[in-house]
Amino acid sequence: MIETIIFYVFAVATVVSACAVVTVKNPVHATLSLVLTFFTSAVIWMTLEAEFLAISLVLVYVGAVMVLFIFVVMMLDINVARLREGFVRYLPLGLAVAVIMLLLMLSVVTSDIFVLEAGSEPVAKPADYSNTKALGGVLYTEYVFAFEIAAVILLVAIIAAISLTMRKRTQTKYQSPSDQMKVRKSDRLRIVDMPSSEEQ
Amino acid sequence: MMTVTLSHYLILAAVLFSISIAGIVINRKNIIILLMSIELMLLSVNLNFIAFSHYLDDLAGQVFVFFILTVAAAEAAIGLAILVVLFRNKRSINVEDIKELKW
Repeated sequence: MIETIIFYVFAVATVVSACAVVTVKNPVHATLSLVLTFFTSAVIWMTLEAEFLAISLVLVYVGAVMVLFIFVVMMLDINVARLREGFVRYLPLGLAVAVIMLLLMLSVVTSDIFVLEAGSEPVAKPADYSNTKALGGVLYTEYVFAFEIAAVILLVAIIAAISLTMRKRTQTKYQSPSDQMKVRKSDRLRIVDMPSSEEQ
Repeated sequence: MMTVTLSHYLILAAVLFSISIAGIVINRKNIIILLMSIELMLLSVNLNFIAFSHYLDDLAGQVFVFFILTVAAAEAAIGLAILVVLFRNKRSINVEDIKELKW
């Protein structure tokens, strides 16, 4: 009973904030709505006994990715009015596409295929069951190669993001250590043999 | 009605996916909202995975969500880096201003 209430409250909150993400005018408000969507989804994941992923959704997504989004949105000086033109024009098309896709997907997911047979409903795990431990046990044994590939993907993302945004400024003065080391006395010092002007 | 079944979660994920599809169509000028709609789409897919993982009692779904989160974080980082470079060069993030590759 209480689970049903929690599900409906947070499902409605998720849908409303997701609608806000795609409709509000200010990109900062859209980003904050997306943060709310992630929070409410994390609660729904928690009711599905995926505790580790719910926490990592909050920590990784809200804590890192969405903060990155907010940084970028606030750094860029965006002309919102120009970006909004065409909003009303594309609204009917967008709604039509969304409604058609929703009806198609609903016709699939509400069919009898996804109704579990009676008696095969999941039973709640005992209180000392650790979702993190179970997930780690599978992740580091059965999926260890995929895990390594995920690490490489993150490394590639770091290098790509840094090399994309790093720029060489032309005004900045750099030291060149190799040139400094290579220099010889003859490059810098010139001995001029001058006769002194007052010969006595 | 009173108990939450697998279909409830699948319907919620379908609704979220449709909202993000609509967001991509109606916000086609603004790259930031487009990126956020993609994040929303990945979230709805993750919800599907976790619901199936719970109701079929199989941890593989949660492992997949873990990898999807990794790839989504990488994608967001690179996408935002491209966005920053784009804004630095063109002073705009309007999709219509980015057409150098059109013939």
